[in-house]
Amino acid sequence: MSAAPPAAPDWRDQVFETFKRNSVRQVCYVPDAGHSRLIALAHADPEIDAYPLTTEEEGIAASCGAWLGGHRSVLLMQSSGVGNCINMLSLIENCRFPMLTLITMRGEWGEFNPWQVPMGRSVAASMSLMGVSVRRVDDPARMADEVQAGLDDAFTADQAVAILISQRMLGRKQWTR
Amino acid sequence: MNTRTSSPVGTLDRRAFVTALLADRRDLLVVSGLGSATYDLAAAGDHDRNFYLWGAMGGAAMIGLGLALARPDTPVLVLTGDGEQLMGLGALATVGARAPKNLSIVVLDNRLYGETGMQASHTGRGVDLVAVADGCAFGWTMRVDSLEQAGPLRERLHRREGSGLASVLIAQTEAARVLPSRDGVENKNRFRRALALPTI
Repeated sequence: MSAAPPAAPDWRDQVFETFKRNSVRQVCYVPDAGHSRLIALAHADPEIDAYPLTTEEEGIAASCGAWLGGHRSVLLMQSSGVGNCINMLSLIENCRFPMLTLITMRGEWGEFNPWQVPMGRSVAASMSLMGVSVRRVDDPARMADEVQAGLDDAFTADQAVAILISQRMLGRKQWTR
Repeated sequence: MNTRTSSPVGTLDRRAFVTALLADRRDLLVVSGLGSATYDLAAAGDHDRNFYLWGAMGGAAMIGLGLALARPDTPVLVLTGDGEQLMGLGALATVGARAPKNLSIVVLDNRLYGETGMQASHTGRGVDLVAVADGCAFGWTMRVDSLEQAGPLRERLHRREGSGLASVLIAQTEAARVLPSRDGVENKNRFRRALALPTI
């Protein structure tokens, strides 16, 4: 009987390693189950300031402040938070601030809760309307490279980038235990 | 008629107060909320370490938080109005929960939405931003209603002794508009150059 094949590296760990390699110093978030490992890793790292927000637009403003002071930051949110960000994104466009946000998707695949659907369906269009470049990831093996490209585009080319992590990639939320 | 009008209104001249607060500013970094606070900051003297908001209502305190965390050895002042801070009430919870020692928020409170026609704001109807900041675990808070308090407040924020919020009761008069640059890219790059950071 042969040994089990080595487990594929967890994409969440690879994303965090990419943050570290690129000197990300602030990670702010409104919690989502799909971000829980990244949030825990960020809080455990002494070189990263990780802090929760009460609403997602706070993170848009915080990432601008971080950049004014010389820090790279990443904003983590769930799809339902995108609508909260709309007016604050004018700060990004007017000042051409860099921005990278990772958005865990709900309301698009295997969803139990219909209240997640309207905003989930509107995430890409909303972000695009406000001038944010939207990239969608369905394959865990592609995730770290997408984050690397997003960091490059944000912090070396002054772009605003949203990476949408598909619900299929995150898995169904378990409603019964 | 159910409008509450119990909150007292101030008599302080906003320009005189901001000028006194920013005297001898040393390495202070300042973010101003849109509207009158931005004009007050410009009127006190344009400076490379000023970042003026012309929009992004409700965002001033959070820009201050991101900046304060990036520059822990430098005092950061968010200068804003009651209306702007009311839109970012949740940000006070976020600041209080993280609480960098070098972040101070000074709310110029005239109980009005000045830019839109002087409509009464919530702070004229019993809402107390100092009590909110206390409830949000701020390190210190201060109620200001006289010009003599500008000096002690200035020294306090330079000491970097905890996230703080001061509410400054200013008169309900309109000062002449002093308009700084509204070129956001230039303002961002100027600010970063002042901190010896590269621009694109």
